[in-house]
Amino acid sequence: MFRFSKPLFVFALFFGSTVAIAFENYSGVGRAATPAEVKAWDIDVRPDFKGLPKGSGNVERGNELFEEKCASCHGSFGESNEVFTPLAGGTTKDDIKTGNVKGLSSGELPQRTTFTKVATISTVFDYVQRAMPWTSPKSLKPDEVYAILAYLLNLQEIVPADFVLSDKNIADVQKLLPNRNGMTTDHGLWPGAPAKKGGIGNGGKPDTANKACMKNCKPEVLIGSTLPEYARTAHGELADQYRSFGPVRGTRTLGPEAAKKAANAGTLELATKSGCMACHGMKSKIVGPGYSEVVARYQGQTDAESRLIAKVKAGGQGVWGSIPMPPNAHVKDEDITTLVKWILNGSK
Amino acid sequence: MGEINKQPGRLRAAPENFLSEAQIKDVAAGRRDFLRKSLFAAGAAGAALAAPKVVRAAEGDPNILENPPWTTSLGQPVATNPYGMPSKYESQLLRRESPGLARVGGASVSFCPLQGLFGIITPSGLHFERHHQGWHDIDPSKHRLMVNGSDDSLLKKAKVYTLDELMRLPSVSRIHFIECGANTGLEWGNVAVPTVQYTHGMISCSEFTGVPLKVLLEDCGVDYKKARYVLAEGADGSSMTRTIPMEMVESGEVFVAYGQNGEMLRPENGYPLRLVVPGVQGVSWVKWLRRIEVGDKPYATKDEAVHYIDLLPSGQHRQYSSIQEAKSVITTPSGGQTLLDKGFYNVSGLAWSGRGRIKQVDVSFDGGINWQTARLEGPVQNKALTRFNISWVWDGSPAILQSRAMDETGFVQPTYGQLRKVRGTKSIYHNNAIQSWKVIESGEVSNVQVL
Repeated sequence: MFRFSKPLFVFALFFGSTVAIAFENYSGVGRAATPAEVKAWDIDVRPDFKGLPKGSGNVERGNELFEEKCASCHGSFGESNEVFTPLAGGTTKDDIKTGNVKGLSSGELPQRTTFTKVATISTVFDYVQRAMPWTSPKSLKPDEVYAILAYLLNLQEIVPADFVLSDKNIADVQKLLPNRNGMTTDHGLWPGAPAKKGGIGNGGKPDTANKACMKNCKPEVLIGSTLPEYARTAHGELADQYRSFGPVRGTRTLGPEAAKKAANAGTLELATKSGCMACHGMKSKIVGPGYSEVVARYQGQTDAESRLIAKVKAGGQGVWGSIPMPPNAHVKDEDITTLVKWILNGSK
Repeated sequence: MGEINKQPGRLRAAPENFLSEAQIKDVAAGRRDFLRKSLFAAGAAGAALAAPKVVRAAEGDPNILENPPWTTSLGQPVATNPYGMPSKYESQLLRRESPGLARVGGASVSFCPLQGLFGIITPSGLHFERHHQGWHDIDPSKHRLMVNGSDDSLLKKAKVYTLDELMRLPSVSRIHFIECGANTGLEWGNVAVPTVQYTHGMISCSEFTGVPLKVLLEDCGVDYKKARYVLAEGADGSSMTRTIPMEMVESGEVFVAYGQNGEMLRPENGYPLRLVVPGVQGVSWVKWLRRIEVGDKPYATKDEAVHYIDLLPSGQHRQYSSIQEAKSVITTPSGGQTLLDKGFYNVSGLAWSGRGRIKQVDVSFDGGINWQTARLEGPVQNKALTRFNISWVWDGSPAILQSRAMDETGFVQPTYGQLRKVRGTKSIYHNNAIQSWKVIESGEVSNVQVL
C-alpha cells in the first residue's frame, strides 16, 4: 500500500470490491511470460485459423503415419468402433455439396463419426496437435498433423489421393466439409451475450415451458418406458450398492448364475484397469491377439497357464507378430494369475 | 421382501425374535421338532453363553440388555488414522462406472453414489469423475498458470503465476454444483440404467475456494472491449480446451479454484488448479488448468465442435450449449432400492439450476397428476445443489414418485414428453426431464419414464 498516493488509498477503501482493479496492483504476484513460454503453450488453432503453424503434408505420408501411430485404436481407415467412436465414414458426395450430412436427419446413419459432425477442420488440426496420439500427446510435428489430416480428408473423399494439405489451402478445405452447415447456435444455453449483441445464441430463452400445475394436471399417467430386464442386472448386485441399514435396502438383483457373471465382469474390470484391453480385444486382435485367439492357440497345452503367466509378466515378442508385448511389472502376481485363468476359461 | 424384513432392533414375540423367517414359517406349519433340536444344540455348544441370551431375548433387544464391546472396553487413541476414513461399515457407496459406456478408462466416467448421500455437499472422495485422457497427480511446485491473449492488443502483458502467487491473492469460497452436460444422457431415448447413481450421478457439489478470474485478467491488463471470450486449457495430455463468455468472467462468477471442501482439490478433480464456471456443464470447468487465453472469437475446440454438441431431429447440432437448466431428482427412495415396510418415509432429493437459485420443488406420488410442495433445506444458494424433503406414508399400493424443480427465473423442469418434442431423443446432452420412480407392492422401486 505504501506505493499508493493517499487519495487513491481512500478511493480503494470505499470502492474496493467493485472498482476495476488497475494494472499491476497486486505487487509481487506473477511475472511477465517470455515470448518462448507463450509460444510453447499457445498452440490453439481457431476456426479462422489464427494460431495455425506453417507446414504441409500429403495423403501418402499421412497414410504411413496413421498406420504407425493411429490405426491401433482407430483402425487402418479410421473406421474402427473398438476403442473410440469412428473417425471416418457416414457422409456422401452430396453432403459435400450441401454442407449438411443428410444421414443425421434421415435416420440412415447407424452411428455418427467425427466427419459427420465436425464443421471446422481447424478443430481437428487443433485436437490432433494437442492430444494425439493417445499415449504420447503433443509428439506430432506440424507437418505430420497436416499429413494425417490429408489422409483423413482423403478417406472421407473430400480431397484426392495426391493432395497436399498446407497452411495455404486448409481454409479452402474447410469450405468442403460435409457438415459445415450443420451447427446452430440459436438456443438458450449460452451464458454470455446473445447473437444480436455480438455474442452467441438467443439470450437464454428456454425451449420448454412446463407449468407448475398442482391438482388434476392430466387425465392419466402415460408410461413411455420401463427398465428392461437385462438392464436390471447389467450394473452388478444393486444390494451391494446401498448401505445395509437405513430406510431402504438395495434390491437384490443377481441370482447365483448372474453373480458368477458379475465376478467375471470384475475380472474384465481388472483387465481394463491393468491396461490389457488397450491392446487386446475379447475376440479379435487390436494390437495384440484377441483372447479367443489366445485360447485357440493354447488349447490342450497343459502348461498353458504357467507359460502365459510368465509371458504376461515379462513381456514377449514373435508369437503374434512383430509388435512386442510390454512387461507388466505394475500388475500384481495374483492379478496376473486371475487374468490368465479368466482368459483361458473363455473370458466370459 | 424376504431378508429385508430382518430389521434389527425390532421386538417380536418369542420365538420369532430369535428365529429366521424360514423357521417361523415352520413353526406356523406345525413343525416344531427342529426347535427342540436347535435349542439343545445351542445348549450343548455353549451352555453358559447361549442359553441366557435366548431367554433374555424375550425381555428386550439384547443390544440394549447387554452392553456391547464398544461400551465396555477402551477405544482407540487420537490420530490412529491421521487422515480419517469412513467407517468400515460404509463400503457400499462408491464411485462406479456404467458397463459398456466407454471402452477406455482414461476417457470415461465414474458416477457419484447419490442414492446414499445426505445434504448438498459431495464428499470429495465420491465426487464424480470425467477424464478425457486420464488423470495425473501434478506436482504443485511445477504447476504454472499462464494468461495470454490471442492477439497482443487484447492484453497488456501475458503473465505466469505459480501456486505460491495465486494463493496470495484475494480469495472467494462458494458452494456450486458441477454437472456433466451428458448427465442423464443414457436415458434420452428410453430407460436404460437401474439406479440414481447411473441416471443422475454425473453431478456433485462442493465448496470451492480460489481467485476470481477477473482479478487475474485485470492484473494482466485485459481490454474487455475487444476480448469477449476466454479459452481455458488443461495441463493433462488432452490439454482440454473450452470457450467461456467474458460476461461470466466480468461478473466475478468464474474463478480459478485450488480449494475444495476445506482442503486442496483432489487429483481426480484437477489438483492443483481448476476453473469454476457456475451453472455451466462440467466440461467447461477445466481441470489441471494451465492456461487462460483471452480472445475476440469463440474457438470451436474438439469438445465444442465434435462432442458436447446436441443433435436435433432436424439434423442440426446445437453448438456452445453450456447452461445446465433446472433439474431435480428424488434420491430416497430411488431406483434399485426396496422399501423396508409400509408406513412413514422421508422422501428426499436434490434440485439445482444453472440459471440461479431454486425457488420451489414439487413432488408427486401419482405419476404427475397431483403435486405437493416439498420443504427446501436452506440456505438456498446460487447455482448450488438444494436438498428437498417431503413426508410420505406408503400404504403398500403402487405409486410413481416424481420431483419437479422451479428456479428463480420461473422456469419449470420439463416432462420427457415436452423435452422430446423440441429436442428429439438423440441429443445426448442436457437432459433435464422429470425423473419417475415406480414403487410396486413388494416395495421394489424401479426406473420408469412418464411422458
